[in-house]
Amino acid sequence: MPEIETFYDVMRRQGITRRSFMKYCSLTAAALGLGPSFVPRIAHAMETKPRTPVIWVHGLECTCCSESFIRSAHPLAKDVVLSMISLDYDDTLMAAAGHQAEAALQDTIDRYKGNYILAVEGNPPLNEDGMFCIVGGKPFVEQLRHAAEHAKAIISWGACASYGCVQAAAPNPTRATPVHKVITDKPIIKVPGCPPIAEVMTGVITYMLTFDRLPELDRQGRPAMFYSQRIHDKCYRRPHFDAGQFVEQWDDEYARKGYCLYKMGCKGPTTYNACSTIRWNEGVSFPIQSGHGCIGCSEDGFWDQGGFYDRLTKVNAFGIEANADKIGATAAGVLGAGIALHVAASALKSAQKKTEDNKTKEEA
Amino acid sequence: MSQRTKPHHTLEDYLPMEASRLTGDATAKDLESIRLRTAVYVYEVPVRIWHWVNAAAILVLAITGYLIGSPPPTMEIGEATNQFVFGYIRFAHFTAGMILTIGFFARIYWAFAGNSHARQMFYVPVWNPRWWKELLYEVRWYFFLEKEPKKFVGHNPLAHLAMFCFITLGMTFMIITGFALYAEGAGQGSFFDGAFGWVLGLVGNSQRLHTLHHLGMWAILIFVIIHVYAAIREDIMSRQSMLTTIVSGWRSFRDNRPN
Repeated sequence: MPEIETFYDVMRRQGITRRSFMKYCSLTAAALGLGPSFVPRIAHAMETKPRTPVIWVHGLECTCCSESFIRSAHPLAKDVVLSMISLDYDDTLMAAAGHQAEAALQDTIDRYKGNYILAVEGNPPLNEDGMFCIVGGKPFVEQLRHAAEHAKAIISWGACASYGCVQAAAPNPTRATPVHKVITDKPIIKVPGCPPIAEVMTGVITYMLTFDRLPELDRQGRPAMFYSQRIHDKCYRRPHFDAGQFVEQWDDEYARKGYCLYKMGCKGPTTYNACSTIRWNEGVSFPIQSGHGCIGCSEDGFWDQGGFYDRLTKVNAFGIEANADKIGATAAGVLGAGIALHVAASALKSAQKKTEDNKTKEEA
Repeated sequence: MSQRTKPHHTLEDYLPMEASRLTGDATAKDLESIRLRTAVYVYEVPVRIWHWVNAAAILVLAITGYLIGSPPPTMEIGEATNQFVFGYIRFAHFTAGMILTIGFFARIYWAFAGNSHARQMFYVPVWNPRWWKELLYEVRWYFFLEKEPKKFVGHNPLAHLAMFCFITLGMTFMIITGFALYAEGAGQGSFFDGAFGWVLGLVGNSQRLHTLHHLGMWAILIFVIIHVYAAIREDIMSRQSMLTTIVSGWRSFRDNRPN
C-alpha cells in the first residue's frame, strides 16, 4: 500500500503557509463548537494522520451540493478537501473520465477496503430496476451498493441523499429513495439541505478526520453541532417575532423595516439548520437576511408540505387541496348548520309529542 | 292527584316538605313530583373542578393556538425590545397547556381514587354487547327514531364514546404533540426533548407536526360544539339533569319509571 500524504503535506505542497494552516485549525475548532485546547489536536491530526480516502458518488441530483462544497469559505478547507477527493473518486470533479474513472473507483475500493468514507450526493431511483439513473452503463443503485459494501461510513450529502428531495416528491414516479433506506448496515450521517452549507460539509469531514469517529448525531441522524437548532432559534429577526411584528405582504413598510417573515410562510420555525449562524457565501447572508423566508430545504419531505409561502401543510383530501384551518373551519361550519337543523327538528318533535300527549290525555 | 298512590302515603310522607308548603307556592302536584324524583351524586368535587379548569384551559389554548398559527396584525407599540405581544400569546398558550396537562394527570389519578363514574371516561366497554345496543339506541334518539331517551347516571353511550375519543384520546394526542413542539423551543438535551423529542422523529418534519397539532385543535373545537349543544339539548329533552350536574355533582331524574 503506497504511503498516503497527510493533509498538512498536501497543504504545504499547495503553497499554504504554516500560519494559514493554524488559522484554519482555529476556525475549524470554532465552527465545530470546540474549545481552544482542541486547536493543537486538530493541527496534530492534520499533520500526522493519513488522509481519509473519500469516494464521492452521484445519483439523481443537481450537483448543487458539489457547487456548495467547492465554495467553502475557508480557502484551506476547499484546497485540502478538494485535493483529497480528486485523488480518489468524484465523477464530477475528477480529471479522469469514462472507463478510467470507473477503474479509479474500483481501485480505491480495493485498496482501502473498510477504511474509506463514501459520500453520496443524490439518491438512487428504485423503479424499473433503477434504470432512471445510469452511471457507467449500470444503474446507480448498483454502484451505490457496491461502493457502500466496504465503506467505513457513509455521508448523505444534501436533501436528496438524506430525505429524497424533489425527485422523491409525490407521486415520486422513479421511486427515488434516500440512501439510508437502501443501505441499512452502515453508519450514515445525514447532512441535509438543498444544498447544505459549505462550511457544514467541510466541518463534518474535518471532524471525522480529526477524531476518527462520526460526529454526534441527533435523532434523525444529522450532526448535532449543525442541526440541533432551528433557523428560528438563532434568527436575528426573532425579536420582531416575539414582539408580534410581521411582514404582512412583500414590499410593504414592514418588509423594508426587516420585520419577521413568519406570516410570509417563513419555514425558520420548522427547519433545523445552521443558516442563521454560519450563513452563506463566506458568512455574507442567508435567505431571511435577504428578505425572503426560509423554504425549509433541509427538512424531510419539504417539497410535499405545500407552497413555500404557507404556514401549514397542505392536506390532500378528496382531491381538494386544503390546509388544517380550512378543513377545521369547514367541518365546524357544517357541524354548526347541522346543529341548527337538529335544534329545529328537536323543537318540532317536542311540539308534536306534546300535542299527542294532550290528545291521549283527552281521550283518557 | 292520582287516586292510586293515595292509600300508600300517609301525612308523614309529606311532612319533610312542610316548609315548602308553608311558603305557599307548592301545589299538591309539585309535592308528588318531589317525592317521585330521585338524584344520584355522580361528579365529585375534583371531577367538577377538573371539568371547568379543563374547559378554561381549552378556551385559552384554542384562541392563543389559533393566533400562533395566524398571528394578529403587526403592532408597533414600541421598539421590538419593549414589545412582547406575540411572546405573551405564546406564553399564555404554553401556560394553559401545562395546566391542562397537570389537570389531566390529576384527573387520571382521580379515576383510581374517585367513585366509579370517575373511571367511565377512560375506557369504552366495546366487549359489552349491551353497550353497543344502547349506543345504537342513543344514535336513533338523535335521529328522532326513538320517542324517548333512556335514563343514564353517567354518560350515555354516545357521549361516552365521544368523551373517550375526543378528550381521553384527543387530549392525549394534543398533549404529546404539544410538548413535542414545546421541546423544539426548549432545545435538544432539555427535559422536554428527552421526554417528547421522539415524536418529531416519528412525524419526520416539524411543519407536519405543527399541522397535526393544528388539526387536533379543530377536532377538539368540534367536540366542544357538540358537547355544549348536546348538554343543553339533553338538559331540556332528556329525563335527567345535565347542566346543573356538572356544577353541583347531582344528577336528578324527572320520573321514577324503571326504564
